[in-house]
Amino acid sequence: MAFYRSHVLVCGGTPCLLGGCRGVKDALVAEIERQGLTDEIKVVETGCLGPCDRGPVLVVYPEGITYVRVKVEDVPAIVAEHLLKGRVVERLVYRDEAGERLVSYAQSTYYGPQKRVVLRNCGVIDPESIEEYIARDGYAALAKALTAMTPAAVVEEIKASGLRGRGGAAFPTGLKWSFTAKAQADQKYIVCNADEGEPGTFKDRLILEGDPHSVLEGMIIAGYAVGATRGFIYIRGEYRQSIARMAKAIARAREMGLLGRNILGTGFSFEVEIREGAGAYICGDETALIESIEGNRGEPRVKPPFPGVHGLWGRPTVVNNVETLANVAPIIDHGAAWFRSMGTENSPGTKVFTMTGDINNEGLIEVEMGIPLRQIIYEIGGGIPGGRGFKMAQTGGTSGGCLPTSFLDLPMDYDTLAQHGAALGSGALLVMDDTHCIVDIIKCFQKFFAHESCGRCTPCREGTVRLYEMIGEISEGRGTREHLRVLEELGRVMTVAPLCGLGQTAAVPLLSCLKHFREEIETHVLEGRCPTGVCKMGKAPVVA
Amino acid sequence: METVKLIIDGREVAAPKGATVLEAARLVGIDIPTLCYHPELDVRANCRVCLVEVEGSRTLQASCALPVSEGMKVHTNTPMAREARKMAVELLLANHPQDCLNCVRNQNCELQRLAERMGIRENRFTLKDRAKYVKDTSTPSIVRDPAKCVLCRRCVAVCEKVQGVGVLFPINRGIETMVVPACGKDLAEVACTLCGQCIHVCPVGAIYERDDTGRVWEALADPGKHVVVQTAPAIRVSIGEEMGLPPGSVSTGQLVAALRRLGFDRVFDTDFTADLTIMEEGNELLTRLGKGGPLPLITSCSPGWIKFIEHYYPDLLPHLSTCKSPQQMFGSLVKTYYAEKTGIDPKDIFSVSIMPCTAKKFEAQREEMRASGYQDVDVALTTRELARMIREAGINFKDLEAEKYDDPFGITTGAGLIFGATGGVAEAALRTVYELVTGKELPKIDFHEVRGLEGIKEATVDLNGTKVKVAVAHGLGNARKVLDRVKAGTAAYQFIEIMACPGGCIGGGGQPIPTDLERRMARIKAIYEADAGMPLRKSHENPAVKTLYQEYLGAPLGEKSHHLLHTHYVARGKYPKKG
Amino acid sequence: MKSLEELARIREEAKRQLELREGTGGPRIVIGMGTCGIAAGARETLMAVLDELGKRNLNNVTVTQTGCVGLCEQEPLMEVILPGRPKVTYGRVDANRARQIVASHVVNGNIIGDWVIARE
Repeated sequence: MAFYRSHVLVCGGTPCLLGGCRGVKDALVAEIERQGLTDEIKVVETGCLGPCDRGPVLVVYPEGITYVRVKVEDVPAIVAEHLLKGRVVERLVYRDEAGERLVSYAQSTYYGPQKRVVLRNCGVIDPESIEEYIARDGYAALAKALTAMTPAAVVEEIKASGLRGRGGAAFPTGLKWSFTAKAQADQKYIVCNADEGEPGTFKDRLILEGDPHSVLEGMIIAGYAVGATRGFIYIRGEYRQSIARMAKAIARAREMGLLGRNILGTGFSFEVEIREGAGAYICGDETALIESIEGNRGEPRVKPPFPGVHGLWGRPTVVNNVETLANVAPIIDHGAAWFRSMGTENSPGTKVFTMTGDINNEGLIEVEMGIPLRQIIYEIGGGIPGGRGFKMAQTGGTSGGCLPTSFLDLPMDYDTLAQHGAALGSGALLVMDDTHCIVDIIKCFQKFFAHESCGRCTPCREGTVRLYEMIGEISEGRGTREHLRVLEELGRVMTVAPLCGLGQTAAVPLLSCLKHFREEIETHVLEGRCPTGVCKMGKAPVVA
Repeated sequence: METVKLIIDGREVAAPKGATVLEAARLVGIDIPTLCYHPELDVRANCRVCLVEVEGSRTLQASCALPVSEGMKVHTNTPMAREARKMAVELLLANHPQDCLNCVRNQNCELQRLAERMGIRENRFTLKDRAKYVKDTSTPSIVRDPAKCVLCRRCVAVCEKVQGVGVLFPINRGIETMVVPACGKDLAEVACTLCGQCIHVCPVGAIYERDDTGRVWEALADPGKHVVVQTAPAIRVSIGEEMGLPPGSVSTGQLVAALRRLGFDRVFDTDFTADLTIMEEGNELLTRLGKGGPLPLITSCSPGWIKFIEHYYPDLLPHLSTCKSPQQMFGSLVKTYYAEKTGIDPKDIFSVSIMPCTAKKFEAQREEMRASGYQDVDVALTTRELARMIREAGINFKDLEAEKYDDPFGITTGAGLIFGATGGVAEAALRTVYELVTGKELPKIDFHEVRGLEGIKEATVDLNGTKVKVAVAHGLGNARKVLDRVKAGTAAYQFIEIMACPGGCIGGGGQPIPTDLERRMARIKAIYEADAGMPLRKSHENPAVKTLYQEYLGAPLGEKSHHLLHTHYVARGKYPKKG
Repeated sequence: MKSLEELARIREEAKRQLELREGTGGPRIVIGMGTCGIAAGARETLMAVLDELGKRNLNNVTVTQTGCVGLCEQEPLMEVILPGRPKVTYGRVDANRARQIVASHVVNGNIIGDWVIARE
């Protein structure tokens, strides 16, 4: 194997792809070749490196220099100066707020308090190289499970770890597996839910792009644990890069005998296929996703029966989120106790967050469960741009609750957030500064739900539209006290009446805002005034 | 049966294992409201009108979809449950046309009843304009009005699961969701059989029959028209329900009397041509048995079934009997034989049929159905349309003196009558074929094997050493199963009766709403009771039929029969062209 | 792949590649790659170092480059820093010398005194 003195990692995560990293990579390869450095320098397209708002991102090893916002025009300078002569191109170097050069992610504030378990390989390895994954102990957990553990022991280990579903519902993963393990059937399935549709969430995308094998390995282990021999990865169709990387990962794993018949000569066989979603938010619901895989209209099923015993084509089926599955191999590798050493008692381990909105460092982070919101926003996230004031944070995506300033010191774990009417959910973290109007924000959320309701059950189909309609009237200055009463009643009904999680959470942000930002909403209704000046008030009030 | 004990509203209930909370509650007299739920369909949890509280569950549960479990504690009458149920209905109402007064389902509408039951007295939401939804009047049988649709999905389920047709689907999502034929096409552009079962399950006025009463009123008022009417076997056991009589009432005499009051010049009985059908089809079966094929011979009385096989199994068309349905045999005889006999110019005859069926409207318009040189049957009315006419005319149906059908097409047998129930055609054929072949009288006239509501029934008859195996299927889903067996060569049948609608014609798409299991059973019982009371119960004993052959037709399957009583079929395929 | 042994072999092979990105704490070789160094043949020196390291499976050695340090006439310059030991700078390191320095100093810890121009 050839020895390279330097590796240049080009972030190939989708945010960077959109920023033009492919052009930068191509220019880099060409320039390196022109300078005759091809034999010395390896260019690797890797998964997400983190600072998604500053792409395209390059990291040059062994120095660990991170370059951000690199354009094609910058490439000759990087090659001629840094790669050839060893002089860092200062103007492109990633710096923190204080202007300190962030020479490697290990030393950066952005990366600092992070704990990388799920993202252990993201931005480190070439996601298309199974060898690089193996080099970092990839497939060791699978080997251990298949050769040294019984399926029941694997389920027990996951149960003992306290791992909970990372897609949003936080159901204990080991328990879920045990239902399917116990069920008798001629065929069982493992389904990886990669239909990430929560606005402001793109962690699954970047995990699949940056480290597809970690998800694949988790699926195979899950299959062994519950007695399933077939798996499906349901990836939303817009995630072209995730689909391509996963397809390659499946092909390489199969070539290497880590997937398919008689894995590692142990007699265990497992096959995986990719299914592409067509972009419906509802297909993130596990039963709607199953319907979609079966070729039906993507609508949730009535539960019970649960997919664990009656899922895909009526067979016992484990449906796990991408991030959940990426946690499996490390748990098997290092043990449940190691996993429990991170996070909190009831929410062990780490959580990947996607930080978006009014925050300096937008992007993907992984931290231990239980870290306070304030630390994420102000330390890792670098605070709010322009030093503006914090208004609210929405956790868990559009279906999550809105947290005001008084909640900044809440530890971010499942139970704490649930107690406060919010949800950790998928790990979306949307920060809004004080220039935003709460009525306007709610209107956006409700528009989303009205658009994404599948139309099956009455309260969701009809209710989401009514919420949007009424909040819209309030934003136009046409709201009355009756609007508030009906909004509250309908919101209350919608949290308990719809068939699935989409409908049941569609009023959650509204209700949390009615609780925490009531005064601002009432000002719209009672004084006909928008305190932030965002709403165009002035239409005649609706006569109630 | 294994039972499960649970507590509903503080009362202990022992419900069969596998029952739903809704069913369990009804066992103890708690009637949880429902809308999308239908006891015969797999439609669940869509409307959220049947929500209840279950201890230990954060959200409300749809009682129609929740299986009972041991020790479960259910509360049906809590503020939260009532608020949610009422809200569901309120939301539906705010997105539903407010034109109950001129709706076909006025006073027979499940949404209307729910609104009343829940005491909804105001609209707190802005009414949605549903003017953008266009009525589908593309077929001669069924009108779809998506503006009225409440998206319960019962029609989707009955079409796909019961009838095995599946031309209705939900499209779009959220508030844009609609139930439409594939790709939003019109019904006439898809492989719809026009059976009308969707009408029976629709809780509101979103699907209904095309109303042709106007044309009939017009003919009745025209002094130049000789208006004759025929009534199908199933009408006499169902029209009473529309007139306030209990299900299962046999009201043949009142039906005849009411039709005379409406002004029809002659009131005839389709049972007559049902007997005639047996003579033709029985002989056809014997001929095919003699020639060795094509077998099995499959009946052709049900126009929804005919359209089904033309769309979905065109390769099996040679198996169909070439006999026209009784309605169409009647139609061609009225404008030929009857016209000649009475000296009335067929162009002045207006021929009306009263049918339990929406597909009959389509059949009457088929271009093959003009043996007389005119459209043989001018208008086919459903039971519901006739009931509307009787009500409009102010006829007190219940108190009418029974009257008799007119001659010559009023002389009938029990064999013709039982055409109205599933298995009836097969039984009538067996009664005749047995005696024609063996020359002996049947030891037992009732063929119980082919009666009743089991989906596929079988019987074997020994005809002088030749064993004839008969199958009976009703509901197109069952028809599909039988046809697949025929195609696979695993069905050793010689004769198959198929009716498009569950229960046969007594459950037809034109019958009173509701038509459900209980009413189908009552109507079937009534049919067989009426059959048992008939002096003649075998088609070949019908003296009027004998006279018809002597005077006019000659012999069964003869030249004239061929011209007037037999037809051919069209391979339509699954993707028919419009029109 | 039919066995655990095979998996282990692939892992060991691939690990070499990645250690560069992980800061192994192993020996470091720095080559002067200023214009003067390149003119004096530093590219050939570098290639020889990489080739020699590759042949010897020395995957824990970090090779990096630096700019002109002011001793242009001694170019190509090559620094060797063994863990816990002072930096040794060699001058006029051609490809041949480079291979010997790797063999003697990096592998065996024996400094080749004749070619040394500076020590810390």
